[in-house]
Amino acid sequence: MSAARPAARPPQGVRASRWGAWLALALGSSYFLLPLLATFEFSLRMQRGVYSFEAYRIVLSDPLFQSTFSYSIVMALLTIVVGALLVVPTAYWVHLRLPRLRPLVEFITLLPLVIPAIVIVYGYLRMYNSSALIPLTGSATATDFLLMCSYVTLSLPYMYRAVDTGLRSIDVRTLTEAAEVLGASRYVILRSVIFPNIRAAILSGAFLTFAVVLGEFTMASLLDRPSFGPYLQLVGANRAYEPSALAVIAFLATWASMGLIQLFGRSAHTRPGPT
Amino acid sequence: MQGKTLDLSLLGVVPFLAFALLFMLLPTAYLMLGAFQDAQGAFTLANVAGLFEPAVLEAYAISFKISLASTAIAGVLGFALAWATVLGRLPGWIRPTITTFSGVASNFAGVPLAFAFLATLGRMGLVTLLLRNCCGINIYATGFSILSFFGLTLSYLYFQIPLMLLIITPALDGLKTEWREACACLGGSSLQYWRLIAIPVLAPSLLGALLLLFANAFGAVATAYALTGSSLNIVPILLYAQIRGDVLHNPNLGYAMALGMIVITGLANAGYMLLRSRADRRLR
Repeated sequence: MSAARPAARPPQGVRASRWGAWLALALGSSYFLLPLLATFEFSLRMQRGVYSFEAYRIVLSDPLFQSTFSYSIVMALLTIVVGALLVVPTAYWVHLRLPRLRPLVEFITLLPLVIPAIVIVYGYLRMYNSSALIPLTGSATATDFLLMCSYVTLSLPYMYRAVDTGLRSIDVRTLTEAAEVLGASRYVILRSVIFPNIRAAILSGAFLTFAVVLGEFTMASLLDRPSFGPYLQLVGANRAYEPSALAVIAFLATWASMGLIQLFGRSAHTRPGPT
Repeated sequence: MQGKTLDLSLLGVVPFLAFALLFMLLPTAYLMLGAFQDAQGAFTLANVAGLFEPAVLEAYAISFKISLASTAIAGVLGFALAWATVLGRLPGWIRPTITTFSGVASNFAGVPLAFAFLATLGRMGLVTLLLRNCCGINIYATGFSILSFFGLTLSYLYFQIPLMLLIITPALDGLKTEWREACACLGGSSLQYWRLIAIPVLAPSLLGALLLLFANAFGAVATAYALTGSSLNIVPILLYAQIRGDVLHNPNLGYAMALGMIVITGLANAGYMLLRSRADRRLR
């Protein structure tokens, strides 16, 4: 590919470069679009001889689908709220008072990309088993809490990076001092000054978290909670056409989250600076 | 919270550090320590030595091969695509479209991805049937299977290529047109520009991106599990089976496997961070 000429001046080189670019694009899009097309086509094949939405009808009316899907949505929302409550004050405080701790905090938030999810959940199962000091796998509610914490952990890299970028784009120190002069407490500053200013950044982190949590399999499966990921796997192992319908639904959900990130990301860029 | 002194202002990060300790660092450390203990808790290297048993070693070998293959292919193709979007003089709407799609696709790992590839290249998949009915090619007669090494690599590419594209695009953006013009003024050819200027400048970014891709493939569980069940013996799957039912009949060997995974993904990520900071400095 590199033999083609990216930014060459002569028209001949430009043409070669553009052809190469179109070719790369065409090959790339066919690899990426074919599986989506095939999944959609497959999901319509349930009734012999005709295309129908039968598989979707069956999936959507499956009570197990409804319960696992709503479980995962609630889980994702809780993860977003807890993640934001954990990350925003920390990132704010590091920006304002502890800039020398920034490398450490940044490093910790990147760790979930280093430690595979399966290893983290393995550690949970050993450390929080029913005979341990903190038996978080002892009851269903406690395990739900543990699962949510594991999702907050998974979302740390996205959430922290989004919030950190948001904080960099505003003048944290001036805003804080102005609010302090007006007599605002730390809590009020965070809630009414910092939070609204980086709302777009938090939302973009939130949608990414939503997309990651919705279909997450490893943690939920090993903690044995009734979420959407393990349900997908179960259906996949036992049914023919329904999995494709589910994959289409999952893909649409991911796509919607990413579309919303783009939307809010753009409004974050065009947002005027602090006034 | 009116921390004027240093000690008090440190309190502000305590909740975060406590969370990280409880739900990430301590559980991981627990496994790390367990890897060096026997069932009675005494120090031993037997578990780490156990990693070199044929069954475990083979799992590591297959994992390595799949991660390497998907990384190498995604590295080349992702770079080509990134080059096409950044420097290919395509219409303006293409780049944001591709970036957004890559964001979706790089997160479209897991169980649904496995379904998508089964619907495409499984025994009854669209492409399989098309090839059989239109071209008379039965790919399953040639020994192909989506449940194999090749099939798994092919489906990993679906999230690896977009990841490569997303990581390498900023580096390509950093290539200055002046460098290319300077090279052309001195009589350099396109090939010389790439070989002597662009590739050396991009090298840290490229290598770093590849390391990250490798770690990403190595830790992936869900796609492989949903696609192949437990028929393909890769490390995350073996570990998954070990956690579910102690298939190795030695819990501490499971800890050692976890340790092995962290060492590998950790080295790859450390390399990535090191190379990225070097690349940032060079492109500044």
